[in-house]
Amino acid sequence: MSDTALEKRVMTTDQPERTRSGRTYIPAVDIVEKDDELLLMADVPGAKAEGIDIQYERGELTLTARVDSRQPEQTNWLACEYGVGDFVRTFQVGEGVDAARIEAEVSNGVLTLHLPKAEAAKTRKIAVKTT
Amino acid sequence: MMYLQRIGRPLFPELRREMDRLFESFLGPEAAAPFGGLRPFPAVNLWEDSERVFAEAEVPGLRMEDLEISIQGNELAIKGRRPPMEGDKYVYHRRERGTGEFARFLTLPLDVDADRVEATLKDGVLTIVMPKAETARVRKIAVKSA
Repeated sequence: MSDTALEKRVMTTDQPERTRSGRTYIPAVDIVEKDDELLLMADVPGAKAEGIDIQYERGELTLTARVDSRQPEQTNWLACEYGVGDFVRTFQVGEGVDAARIEAEVSNGVLTLHLPKAEAAKTRKIAVKTT
Repeated sequence: MMYLQRIGRPLFPELRREMDRLFESFLGPEAAAPFGGLRPFPAVNLWEDSERVFAEAEVPGLRMEDLEISIQGNELAIKGRRPPMEGDKYVYHRRERGTGEFARFLTLPLDVDADRVEATLKDGVLTIVMPKAETARVRKIAVKSA
């Protein structure tokens, strides 16, 4: 993994208290490196653009996607295979990412973050001259 | 990949979720990955009110045309495909989101009116509303005093 790659921070119990109650879930993510950027795609089904919060602080990128309950108050369950709640996940962002230019979009429950590589981290092709 | 699953009333849904979380906590979120992961995809929640049965599944990234939903008798089938990323000029550093074809078959605990089933897809959440068949509705029987 190159130094531009993101690494998941180990989730610990010393995380700050949350103001919203309820369970949180860790979204599944893909991290892909392209020539000029890293792409981070996170599955956040049920989240809308206005409920997504992306914070970058001291090299840490935290995604929070708010997901409101879709269930009636009294639910007569027949089967319950997954829970619904906010998605939260933190990544460490290396020096190689230009944090000021991070962009995000959400579509069909997938959050996509564009993390442009800093100039210094881009691969350069060195032309070899023949003499 | 096919999964056949009998739906019953979960006895201990909380315990089940706790177990899932436990597995996730020491195997990592990859353990819960769909498509070839340990769990069938998509996970489905099923509930009812007096007139309808509701099925809900999280299918992020899919559009309605990627999904095929059918009902035969009391068997609900959800099939679909999540295409892999386009292009070839990229390298994966982390890959937890499954791609490919999936099919899920659920046996509903009662008959539904297949002609009036409605499915909606919003923000990656699929909701299927199935009106109960006349025969499956609970009827209140008035008790006459003699």
